[in-house]
Amino acid sequence: MMSETFIELSRLQFAMTALYHFLFVPLTLGLSFLLAIMESVYVMTGKPVYKDMVRFWGKLFGINFALGVATGITMEFQFGTNWAYYSHYVGDIFGTPLAIEGLMAFFLESTFIGLFFFGWDRLSKTQHLTVTWLVALGSNLSALWILIANGWMQNPVGSAFNPDTMRMEMTSFSAMLFNPVAQVKFVHTVSAGYVTGAMFVLAISAWYLLKRRDRAFAHRSFAIAAAFGLASCLSVITLGDESGYELGDVQKVKLAAIEAMWETEPAPAAFTLFGFPNDAAMITEHAVQIPYLMGLIATRSLDQPIMGLKELIAENETRIRRGMTAYTALEQWRAGNHSDALRTILTAPYNDLGYALLLKKYTPNVTTASDEQIRQAARDTVPRVAPLFWSFRLMVAFGFWMLLLFGLAFYYCAQRVIEHKRWLLWLALLSLPLPWLSAELGWVVAEYGRQPWTVSGMLPTHLSASTLSIAQVAFSLSGFVLFYSALLIVELFLMIKYARLGPSSLGTGRYHFEGGAALTAQPAAPHSATTQP
Amino acid sequence: MTDLLAFLLSYETLRVIWWLFVGILLIGFAITDGFDLGVGTLLPFLGRNDEERRVIINVVGPTWEGNQVWFILGGGAIFAAWPAVYATAFSGFFVALILTLFALILRPVGFDYRSKLPDPRWRHFWDWGLFIGGAVPALVFGVAFGNLFLGVPFHFDNDLRVEYTGSFFGLLNPFGLLSGIVSLAMLVMHGAIYLQLRTEGNIQQRAQHAVARAAQVFLGAFALAGLWLIIGVDGYRLEHFAGVTAPSNPLNKTVVREGWAWLAHYGQHPWMLLAPIAGFAGAVLAWRCSQRQQPGRGFIASALTLAGVILTAGFTLFPFILPSSSDPNSSLTVWDATSSHLTLKWMFGVTVIFLPIILLYTSWVFSKLRGTVTVAQIHAADKTLY
Ligand code: HDD
Ligand code: HEM
Ligand code: HEM
Repeated sequence: MMSETFIELSRLQFAMTALYHFLFVPLTLGLSFLLAIMESVYVMTGKPVYKDMVRFWGKLFGINFALGVATGITMEFQFGTNWAYYSHYVGDIFGTPLAIEGLMAFFLESTFIGLFFFGWDRLSKTQHLTVTWLVALGSNLSALWILIANGWMQNPVGSAFNPDTMRMEMTSFSAMLFNPVAQVKFVHTVSAGYVTGAMFVLAISAWYLLKRRDRAFAHRSFAIAAAFGLASCLSVITLGDESGYELGDVQKVKLAAIEAMWETEPAPAAFTLFGFPNDAAMITEHAVQIPYLMGLIATRSLDQPIMGLKELIAENETRIRRGMTAYTALEQWRAGNHSDALRTILTAPYNDLGYALLLKKYTPNVTTASDEQIRQAARDTVPRVAPLFWSFRLMVAFGFWMLLLFGLAFYYCAQRVIEHKRWLLWLALLSLPLPWLSAELGWVVAEYGRQPWTVSGMLPTHLSASTLSIAQVAFSLSGFVLFYSALLIVELFLMIKYARLGPSSLGTGRYHFEGGAALTAQPAAPHSATTQP
Repeated sequence: MTDLLAFLLSYETLRVIWWLFVGILLIGFAITDGFDLGVGTLLPFLGRNDEERRVIINVVGPTWEGNQVWFILGGGAIFAAWPAVYATAFSGFFVALILTLFALILRPVGFDYRSKLPDPRWRHFWDWGLFIGGAVPALVFGVAFGNLFLGVPFHFDNDLRVEYTGSFFGLLNPFGLLSGIVSLAMLVMHGAIYLQLRTEGNIQQRAQHAVARAAQVFLGAFALAGLWLIIGVDGYRLEHFAGVTAPSNPLNKTVVREGWAWLAHYGQHPWMLLAPIAGFAGAVLAWRCSQRQQPGRGFIASALTLAGVILTAGFTLFPFILPSSSDPNSSLTVWDATSSHLTLKWMFGVTVIFLPIILLYTSWVFSKLRGTVTVAQIHAADKTLY
């Protein structure tokens, strides 16, 4: 049995490095797509301002991309360093999408990113455009594969325990690939990335418009971001709702916790808009409810009930007891009885062996656990409710707020009056952090809501860690905290510096700080030969 | 035809194929990202002022990111094909690996951010950051490899949970450190010859000098490591095991530790001696080509060295991947540390399709970016180059 502190530190390190990685990921996903769109417009119209847009937003993209890569390297190796038992127990399945991600996605984006920055002189227009699209494709493919991996942890399909090797093994590659949870996760998460890219361009362009700088450049960027953002926001919300629907099916506990539903409600269940969940007493104080809504979200019907947390805990207690039977079989197997009957029990997909492993937190002898220990383990199957309840509500609130913002921005752009709506430009600027906040909160919902499991129903978190000392994890954790904080400061400094400089940083001589006010009045300046490579 | 396919896709063959694939990935990593690491190590010494250093950085600037994916994919492929090795090696070498990760993180930031601010202290700081990001991984990889020959103290319990009982400083034994020098010297040689190929004038001359020095150190260290291995290091031998198609469970075998065991393969299959010979001959050739101002050929020769050294390690250890010194029966081998048959099959299919595609577009990108980098270019594109 590993100490609580050790597990807590390992979890903290994983959460910190993953959330930190995900500060950079969504902007890469969204901005790469926006760059490809801007460059397509450039190739179709031939107007140099679009090329300048690609190059300027591309500069900011590069500053972000560097840290995305730096922090991604940590992620790739961290499963081995800190979660060795997990890696051994499910690597047969989980390693596959990770390796395919490298082959199919990382190579693509990272090889062509160099040509994107340094190939302007060496490629024809269409070749360069192709390169930009390939970078965007690569980053999106990377999201696909990592989310197939992550989706499998949420809903471990296509796999079974193998008593010969004492680990989980793949039984169907296509089941893992077409895992419905992975599919909805992918579309919701990449849409979140598009929202982030759009908000980034929208907010910074709004700032130039407020300063009345580089107006033609800013106006066009703003318009593209508004249109792209509106579409992405609609998609993130509809697909988020789809995530809720999939959750209802496979992760009842998470759904009930998000909704702070302690009791099973008769169909159709009400949606708790607001309230104060109290974990100890298992009630939600001062709840404000909307009738019927929850039933609709989770079951798409008015006649199916949704299980509450108390009932789920009771159900999980029976699953733990069933799992103890499987664990008894495992002990016999290890004692040398390799009969077919035992193999059938051990490889059955619903033998609940994983539930028995929850008991290892309380006793090394799973088969003789006391009723009290079983009750404790069953209570553990529900994560703390308040963080989930609030994270989810904030994410949704930000989502709807951004929808409104992009909608208005799009409308006023279409009316060609956006520069007079200074209040809206201010709101766009101030909303800049919201997509990042939503995405981080989304991950907290998805991952914290999965506790106490690393692989739902199969492998508990407290067993997944490596056998290391607290000192080792304290060393790596504090190293990451120090190192990552310093990097973030550097990154923000450069980002702000270049965002302030704006397109003048390209050195074309056409923009605000270069005395080049020409473009502000008439956008289509001739493509000058002095343009830097 | 179907027989051939059945043979190729049998568990036994796939296990060997995956051993080969991991080897190919390591060689790909050494040949491509290897020169980036070498160039990083040489940066503060071959570039005497800011402009020269920018020339050196821009030689590898547009391509290092793609090259680094060989390393990332190495991690991913070991995870998918040898999960037990991924779990054991990375948690066992915990401190060494975390330090390497910190060093590697300096690279993206160093390349991308260094020239975005003009302050000389800032640039100076990142020059040394890139040095650390190049030298530390090159050294640590060698040290880790060296320790494989000695065996590493770890064992499994009956849940197959692995426990490593050594310490970080235990890795820094003389043989491990010597292997670290082999690795650092060969990657510095590789980086120097790449610089010689893609620069001119002063930098090119200094690079040529560096090739000679690095080749000498490498030849000496590699020879010494070989002698040491023959005379002073006990090998491991698989005595009884469940068979080449048995389920992957590392506890079903017995392993003995004895003198000369690491040399057994060279007696049975003398052609394997080609690997160490390529290691030596490549370095000698690279050195000579460099002196005769033929860095293009020299680069190929140096690549041959890298392949030779990695294959030497692989041939010597086979079928072992990670021998255990404290409980030899827990050692991980090609026959009992792999993924299931199904996983190996799928990964084989994906790799066979995607690896050639990767090689194709990578060579296209390199061909688009070829040519020398000069100080004049840095002046002309001050704002866009690294
Ligand atoms: C192994 C696959 C895996 C994958 C692909 C992800 N996670 Fe995860 N996550 C874990 C595996 C995991 C874990 C090993 O299971 C953790 C660490 C300890 C734990 O409780 O779960 C975890 C915890 C964890 C936590 C904290 C929960 C807690 O400690 O209570 C957060 C916020 C995230 N993750 C966020 C992410 C993000 C942003 C990811 C993508 C970038 C991500 N996870 C992908
Ligand atoms: C927890 C598991 C994760 C691991 C192991 C991981 C690993 C990595 C690695 C090694 C890189 C650097 C690749 C390169 O050099 O190009 C990277 C970058 C990237 N990752 Fe992750 N990642 C994880 C989670 C995610 C998720 C969930 C997403 C998307 C939804 C994602 C999207 C990306 C993208 C778009 C990049 C490109 C670089 C950038 O972020 O700017 N990653 N990741
Ligand atoms: C009305 C709006 C939204 C709804 C209904 C919604 C719903 C959800 C749900 C149910 C999950 C959990 C999925 C799981 O646990 O597996 C989730 C996760 C997530 N959400 Fe949202 N969301 C909304 C808006 C947003 C916005 C605006 C963003 C960011 C811009 C965002 C980013 C994320 C991310 C990154 C995750 C984690 C990945 C995943 O599990 O899919 N969401 N969302």
